[in-house]
Amino acid sequence: MSDLVPVRVTVNGATHEHHVEPRLLLSDFLRQHLGLTGTHVGCEHGVCGACTVLLDDEPVRACLMFAVQADGCAIATVEGLAPAGTGELHPLQAAFQDEHALQCGFCTPGILMSMVAFLRDRPAPPSDRDIREALSGHLCRCTGYANIVRAVSKADDALRR
Amino acid sequence: MTPFVGRRVKRNEDPRLLTGRALFVDDVNLPGMLHVAFLRSDDAHARIASIDATAARARPGVTAVYTAADLGDYWQPGPLLVPPPPIPGVEFHVCTQVPLARDKVRHVGEPLAMVVAESRYVAEDALADIVVDVEPIDAVVDLERALAADAPKVHDHLASNLAARVRQAKGDYAAARAAAGVTIGRRFLYDRGAAVAIENRAVVASWDAQAEELTIWDTTQAPIPIRNGLARMLGLSESQVHVIAPFVGGGFGPKIMMFYPEEVLVPWAARRLGRPVKWAEDRHENFTATTQERGQVHDAEIALTRDGRILGLKDVFLHDSGAYDTYGLTVPINTQCTMLGVYDVPAYDSEFTAVFTNKTLVTPVRGAGRQHGVFVMERLLDLAARELGIDRVEIRRRNLLKPDQFPHDHGIVFQDFTSLTYDSGDYLPALEQAAELIGYQQFVREEQPRLRAEGRHVGIGIVNYVEGTGIGPYEGARVTVEPSGLVRVATGVGTQGQGHMTAFAQMVADVLGVDVADVRVVTGDTRAFHWGTGTFASRGAVVAGTACHGAAMAVRQKILDRASRELGVEPQTLELAGGRVRVRDSADEGIALGALAARANPLRGAVAHGVEPGLEATAYFGPDRGSTANGVHAMIVEVDPETAMTRILKYVVVHDCGRLINPTIVEGQVQGGVAHGIGNAFFEQLVYNDQGQLLNASLMDYLLPLATDVPDVVIAHRETPSPLNPAGLKGVGEAGCIPTGALFAQAVEDALGNRVEILEIPLSPNRLWALVSGGAGFSPPEP
Repeated sequence: MSDLVPVRVTVNGATHEHHVEPRLLLSDFLRQHLGLTGTHVGCEHGVCGACTVLLDDEPVRACLMFAVQADGCAIATVEGLAPAGTGELHPLQAAFQDEHALQCGFCTPGILMSMVAFLRDRPAPPSDRDIREALSGHLCRCTGYANIVRAVSKADDALRR
Repeated sequence: MTPFVGRRVKRNEDPRLLTGRALFVDDVNLPGMLHVAFLRSDDAHARIASIDATAARARPGVTAVYTAADLGDYWQPGPLLVPPPPIPGVEFHVCTQVPLARDKVRHVGEPLAMVVAESRYVAEDALADIVVDVEPIDAVVDLERALAADAPKVHDHLASNLAARVRQAKGDYAAARAAAGVTIGRRFLYDRGAAVAIENRAVVASWDAQAEELTIWDTTQAPIPIRNGLARMLGLSESQVHVIAPFVGGGFGPKIMMFYPEEVLVPWAARRLGRPVKWAEDRHENFTATTQERGQVHDAEIALTRDGRILGLKDVFLHDSGAYDTYGLTVPINTQCTMLGVYDVPAYDSEFTAVFTNKTLVTPVRGAGRQHGVFVMERLLDLAARELGIDRVEIRRRNLLKPDQFPHDHGIVFQDFTSLTYDSGDYLPALEQAAELIGYQQFVREEQPRLRAEGRHVGIGIVNYVEGTGIGPYEGARVTVEPSGLVRVATGVGTQGQGHMTAFAQMVADVLGVDVADVRVVTGDTRAFHWGTGTFASRGAVVAGTACHGAAMAVRQKILDRASRELGVEPQTLELAGGRVRVRDSADEGIALGALAARANPLRGAVAHGVEPGLEATAYFGPDRGSTANGVHAMIVEVDPETAMTRILKYVVVHDCGRLINPTIVEGQVQGGVAHGIGNAFFEQLVYNDQGQLLNASLMDYLLPLATDVPDVVIAHRETPSPLNPAGLKGVGEAGCIPTGALFAQAVEDALGNRVEILEIPLSPNRLWALVSGGAGFSPPEP
């Protein structure tokens, strides 16, 4: 077994320092070492997108990175999306509920994190085609995507107000 | 108060799922937990000479390694889950899967050894330490060659690879054929796809030695049968085994009560080792170890009059069982029974032969055999329409069952062991509405000629289907009013995204006059409710939903009885609304249900003789037979002549699942089903080579439809109530994906100017290219 190396990350604003094997995936680090199981693992080869988190504000597949590669980075996961302690949902989460954009909900956390980045700093509202392109990095087996497109569009609207 | 049933109520379960708090099985992390990896066969068919796990056992961090030889008496073939239906003359050979291969491996991915270690990483390291010596045997892959006299045998003790043979017939097909103005026969192929729930399977088990109780978290659609079966296998009382199917990330069939090797071994190891044990499937395992569906070859013939009326149908087909036939004959029986569709078919003669092959097991995947039946029938009608010069909608219209023919007994036996009898239906308006919504006449007469003149390959398709749903045997539910006024509901089915926590709450809320958000539904936990079968065959809302309604009605009666005594009025003068019971049309505030519940469960005094404490009731519902939903799918498609890629320009579904509980959830099921169907029709195919190796076992090589591939489906509802349950419900879970293959074939064929016959699914750009002009490419469309 390989030697452990230190990794220090900020996740949803909290700092964590652990010693881990270099081969530990970021997805397993988040889920097993930090107990943040909202980030889901669907394929471990970078296709399904379920494990998407934000690394220094950019979406990455947590299954395609080692935890040690995230050393010194700020990570955002689905657990940090809604305002803490208020019971309220982030506008994107609320739009997903309003538009029935999730069924089993397993792919949803990754899609939410991708869409947070997608909707950030856009000068103009995205077209449905833009949204579908952005969603094409994610697999959803339940919904057939149409309600996700509607929800993202609605969230964009809400975030602009 | 406006009833909740029928309304677009937002889902109660969503906040947990959206914030990452919902528990999925792989999220269970327990102190001291060990992790499992399985060594799986690389060969599809081989004799096992030896397995040496010595080095693996010696690896630091490895707790145990088990092979078949280490399992002792626990090594048993799994249970037969569905015995063959009572059809005269049925031949059926049972060969169920084993926990770890012992003498022989029969498909790639079959488990050979189980490693338990401190982490999954170490467990996978140890897999490489195990030395397996096998003698490969030629694999049985092709369905026809499987039955050749010299074919190698998947199961040595059987006479051949024949797993089952079933013939069902009604009327006189030979006479129908003799009287026919035209007969059309073809060979049809429908190949395998994968279910691909985004959550892979997982099992966690924890043995509590003090309580002598085993807790199992399992991604199963059927926790109660799993609890019962595992208790029996492990020699425990059912009360000692607690199975929880928490949030499950998509089911689609393969997560049914399979008693998969991993499902049987993880609890055994947890008890033996006295530590919690987890196994989480990875995607590669999922492609070879999780069940699949759809391989069939049909030789079918239809006999019609010259004016397009069906006189009879004959079908002989081969069905791929895979290496074991644990789930019995459900899939091919569904095919056989769904073939008749919405049509009046006087004579039918259908015989299938199920064969063992060296491929992953076949069990129901969303649609469960119905696709094939719809594909063959609808394709035959398309070919007949062309042959007879009759419009495609018109030939369908002429053969529909009419409203006065219901209930309609087809005279054959369905998968639920009852006669195939349609409960209700109104098919013509659905067909007409779909034709209207897709703009059939206008497209065929004006738009298509215009677009073809522009050089575009555009086509239209329209197909009918039925879906046998909501089968028995039964489900149950318990409804309880708590002193807080909150209502809790428990039912035994598992939930995998269908919105049960909302749909069931809507049904209960209406009966008790409470807010839907105040009804908390628990599914899939054998401690919360311990009778039931599971979620499959589009039956959750129909069967468990009706049980919830029944239990709520019984609680309502208790509320009325008690309130009438307390208020000194007749029960019929009372109403339930706003979480209270009160005298109708009075200024009186009545009593809050919570307060009434508290009074019904006193700490002192006496509860009257014959009165149960609290406001709680349990009810069960078992339908006499399944209810038959139906619908029509239509689409306009364009084929790119340079890439053979298709683009769906419009997709319409007119759907009838009886009374709707929540239209938003129903539409979600339909839209998602269509996406799954589009995948089956054009993107997804499990490609096995002649040695039984799956060549595309990753999501990079096995393509699922993306957001850029799936259109926004136009959905219209029709509501023909079922007479088989009080709310008039029929199921919807599989409807969206059943007719998509037939529709794709018809529409693409039309887009190509009917210059090719499409007799197979799945298609792909490559396959389409090969079909057109034998690969010579596309010629310009003929206007």
